[in-house]
Amino acid sequence: MAQTFHPSANGIARIMLFGVIALVAASGYLVYQTSKSPYVTRAFEARQQPIQFSHERHVAGNGLDCRYCHTSAESAAVAGIPPTKTCMNCHSQIHSSSAYLEPVRSSYANDVSIEWVKVHDLPDFVYFDHSIHVNKGVGCTTCHGRVDQMPLMWTVKSLQMEWCLDCHRAPEKYLRPRAAVFKVDYEPPADQLALGGQLVKDYQVKRLTSCSTCHR
Amino acid sequence: MSEHHDLDLASIRDSLTGASGPEYWRSLEELANTDAFQEYLHREFPAQASEFTDPVGRRQFLRLMGASLALAGVSACTKQPAEVIVPYVRAPEELVPGKPLFYATAVTLGGYATGVLVESHEGRPTKIEGNPEHPASLGATDLFAQAQMLALYDPDRSQAIRQQGDIRTWSAFLGALRGVVEAKRSSQGAGLRILTGTVTSPTLARQMAEFLAAFPAARWHQYEAAGRDNVRGGAQLAFGAIVDTRYAFDKARVVVSLDADFLGAMPGSVRYIRDFSATRRVRGEAGGMSRLYAVESAAGNTGAKADHRAAVRPADVESFARALAAAVGVPGAPAATVPAAAQKLLDAAAHDLLANRGASIVVPGDEQPPAVHAICHAINGVLGNAGVTVLHTDQVASAPASQLQSLRELVDDINGGKVDALLILGGNPAYDAPGDFRFGEALKKAAFTARLGLYEDETSALCQWHIPEAHALEAWSDARAWDGTATIVQPLIAPLYGGKSAHDILIGLSQAPGRAAYDAVRDTWKQAAASAGAPDAEQFWRTAVHDGVVKGTAFPLKAVTAGNVFAAIGAAAPAAPGLDLVLRADPTIHDGRFANLGWLQELPKPFTKLTWDNTVQLSPATASRLGLRNEDIVEVAVGGTSVKGPAWIVPGQADDAVTVHLGYGRTRSGRVGNNVGFDAYPLRTSGAMWAAAGATVKATGGRAHLASTQLHHDMEGRAIIRAGTLEQYRREPHFAREMAEDPPKTLTMYPEHKYEGYAWGMAIDLNTCVGCNACVVACQSENNIPVVGREQVAKGREMHWLRVDTYYKGPAERPEAYHQPVMCQHCEKAPCEVVCPVAATVHSDEGLNDMVYNRCVGTRYCSNNCPYKVRRFNFLLYQDWDTPSLKLGRNPDVTVRSRGVMEKCTYCVQRITQAKITSEKEDRLVADGEIVTACQQVCPAEAIVFGDINDPGSRVSKLRAEALNYSLLGDLNTRPRTTYLAALKNVNPVLGGDGGEHKDGE
Repeated sequence: MAQTFHPSANGIARIMLFGVIALVAASGYLVYQTSKSPYVTRAFEARQQPIQFSHERHVAGNGLDCRYCHTSAESAAVAGIPPTKTCMNCHSQIHSSSAYLEPVRSSYANDVSIEWVKVHDLPDFVYFDHSIHVNKGVGCTTCHGRVDQMPLMWTVKSLQMEWCLDCHRAPEKYLRPRAAVFKVDYEPPADQLALGGQLVKDYQVKRLTSCSTCHR
Repeated sequence: MSEHHDLDLASIRDSLTGASGPEYWRSLEELANTDAFQEYLHREFPAQASEFTDPVGRRQFLRLMGASLALAGVSACTKQPAEVIVPYVRAPEELVPGKPLFYATAVTLGGYATGVLVESHEGRPTKIEGNPEHPASLGATDLFAQAQMLALYDPDRSQAIRQQGDIRTWSAFLGALRGVVEAKRSSQGAGLRILTGTVTSPTLARQMAEFLAAFPAARWHQYEAAGRDNVRGGAQLAFGAIVDTRYAFDKARVVVSLDADFLGAMPGSVRYIRDFSATRRVRGEAGGMSRLYAVESAAGNTGAKADHRAAVRPADVESFARALAAAVGVPGAPAATVPAAAQKLLDAAAHDLLANRGASIVVPGDEQPPAVHAICHAINGVLGNAGVTVLHTDQVASAPASQLQSLRELVDDINGGKVDALLILGGNPAYDAPGDFRFGEALKKAAFTARLGLYEDETSALCQWHIPEAHALEAWSDARAWDGTATIVQPLIAPLYGGKSAHDILIGLSQAPGRAAYDAVRDTWKQAAASAGAPDAEQFWRTAVHDGVVKGTAFPLKAVTAGNVFAAIGAAAPAAPGLDLVLRADPTIHDGRFANLGWLQELPKPFTKLTWDNTVQLSPATASRLGLRNEDIVEVAVGGTSVKGPAWIVPGQADDAVTVHLGYGRTRSGRVGNNVGFDAYPLRTSGAMWAAAGATVKATGGRAHLASTQLHHDMEGRAIIRAGTLEQYRREPHFAREMAEDPPKTLTMYPEHKYEGYAWGMAIDLNTCVGCNACVVACQSENNIPVVGREQVAKGREMHWLRVDTYYKGPAERPEAYHQPVMCQHCEKAPCEVVCPVAATVHSDEGLNDMVYNRCVGTRYCSNNCPYKVRRFNFLLYQDWDTPSLKLGRNPDVTVRSRGVMEKCTYCVQRITQAKITSEKEDRLVADGEIVTACQQVCPAEAIVFGDINDPGSRVSKLRAEALNYSLLGDLNTRPRTTYLAALKNVNPVLGGDGGEHKDGE
């Protein structure tokens, strides 16, 4: 009886066998990469806000410090979104009749909060604390990017756990002197690892990778 | 499932007489070692297992599993939904978003205040803690104060002013009320009546006085179902005047409790537990402790702590008091006979009392008749305790001599047509008035009735007007603690449902109806400041509000001497044949006012560990004689009235005494508490408020299915609870450690961890723990733990991270009882960690056994492998994700868990993290005592200590070095971070093994 399969079928079988494995691996890799991609994380996607507020204008243009508005970044878990009153400190005088600022004035007059769209949105089971990061020498721009160059706000990092752990495992890669934490144009030195290593010692920075560091 | 409660009493007796039973036991089932019990024990999640073998159940299960897997797949591919941030328009000055603020205020129970600090997140109160500066709290609270948080957010609270069911406005009500009142001005208010509970609020008392001055013919009635009439009556008998009595347990070396649950729910109990435990804390091998004798009818937490206890029928408590008076030499005390079982205890107690004059206390229960109180006053006088350990002051409450009499007059007057308008402020008399008053029927006869209440309950249903009451955390008021110390009650949040306070209603009756309750309270204390000579009244007020204590308001001590009490009280009534009925406020829902609070309904009751029900409690011998088993529905009858309820056999209950707890069987408490348990108030008559003779109990043939957590956590007779006597401890201090051998540390296959830096640990002193359950509720409040309901508890699915186990030792008739709080032990070699296939439970650098909810896929292997059975699984979606008010009350620092996730005690990791962040920012280490877990903070006995075991100077390290320290199931080499200090009994050598005591033969 003739053979059902020609010997060349062995090759096809081998190709099929390894091909399936390769396909599974490739699609796995594709899913993995997609899950980290800006398509999923929405990084670099400018979010529309109820008011066309520009960080670029206020930080680069007017030279405001981060803490003028984000008052509790050094002391509390959340950096704080400014109350309407903070806007009105200036805008009752400057551009006080601008149509762009009508929602601000109306919020202030009617005692109704402005509802800002959250840009840096961690999952609810993550408990992040700004104050400890700021106090340990993690700069604002390390996570938030060059805010002074963003007309509308977007994220520059994935905000995924892998990204958190990158720093939590090796903080020396990112730390800067406390005095430079709020400098938006801070450029890390060429020997960042040497500086970072020194800062890890000086600020007694620990490599915190236990789950309960962030999850509780 | 219900078979496990069936008891073969004969086999219990056999196992006891044959001495083959275990020395410590948790339940009668275990003692009898029935087959059903064995089967029950060997199933981890019993109901779930049977669901899988049952073909229909299994198909359903797989279908649901498939559906949820499909959903899981879909959800993983979605992006996060957009969320908004809503900042303030004008931020309050002192508020930093994300940082809680604490405000001092007070919550009351039966009128008496406990000072508290309330945690507030951006204006939402989330947790109640004790106020360390308040004398009734000293930083701790009881379980009722904890549950006030749920009461505030209870969605079933009444939300509108109603007249005969129709919604009305506040001004419409005030108009109607003022119309009625003004019409009575010419007759000086004849026919106007106000009914309240016990009032300690100086402002309310002042407002009442002003109202009564304007309307002299009006009357103010008071009634409290679990009131203190007997205390007042006893003082009247002994001293000829009403004085309040409080106790300094910290100064007492010998305490004799006459059915007094001073470690339970007496006014001042939280402080009493603190003071008492201070005398019971044995540190170092030379440590000593006080001695407690208890005579009780029902098993109570005070009796469980007693070194010697006798269970006697209610009438014999008075005989015991009389005989004790004779034994310590009270002049005029006639000889009295006591049951043989109590005689030895009485002799020993009398001897101890006489040897500790001025350093002892004889304390009567609030439920005991006035005669017992009077005799105790006489005994304490003769022993020189009065003014030293037993302190007298003027009466703290603005209460009449007898609230019962006050209510009786009101009912008689309504029935006599003398009442035209009745205002009921708080309380719930239509439900909890004595059955023979028929208050509900009388209420319908009054021409104008209005009710201020938190719920539209049984009383509101019979009143024409209902006004929603503001919760204590929503209104300005003031209240006094049991020693007279006043606290300004300040609101934490605007009334959620437009509630009003009693102050508002009395302002509405006054000449200046536009004023606010704030002004009324402020007026009271500005006047007080002026009369106290405070230089700056505004400063005085602000300090008082801030501190939560008005300085110098504790009542001064009063020297009083008991007269010839025996002439006043006459001879004892002869003992009646038959059964005695003992009525008590429920240990978790009190007189019924907390019936709609799921936290308290689901809180396992002391000893029985029953949830969601009250029972007819019988001693093993009485049950055996009547042929009753657990869960038999019985009919309890006394004086021609009867109720039906399930029987439950309680070791330690007095023979021939049947205990029934009040507060259940509510019909209009809300969705949670309606038709739960049976109403025992019909059995209560004005002549027999707390105990009645001549009761009958007979089986009806019906069976009930109760939800007990008693058997869910059995640890099968190993040396879990370790206890000995003080004498034994002095002889061999390490006896507790020697009860089981811990294996060498090298003998392990689990990975070694190195703990540099902090290593968190906890020590629990079983000798001071009184089993009050406050820790369980505090944990529930702090950690967003859901309520699961009776059905789920019956399936063993309760969610409490912390439970209080009860163990018995000795014979079932006279057992010793021990309480043991058990939560995740945070094992260094944790068996749960190695079996998790998805690394959802892992070890932290500091020795915490971390639970990562978002990794958990719900295999439940960890729970299977946990020897302590402290892991809890969300079989269903137990959290209420929809009710807006409940969302407000959750702790924002703790994840709200969903279905299919395992959870357990975290050592309050949110508090650890917060303290670490604070210390790191200040470039220092976390100080010892800086981290306080929720259970530790609430503990009135200070039995729980948390800290860093790598720091040899920390309190927890020192406790771990104590000879009494042992690890729970240490023989498994799990190396728990939580350790226990063994319990001790300070046995009177004269009594030795008798009087409910066993010889130490460990």
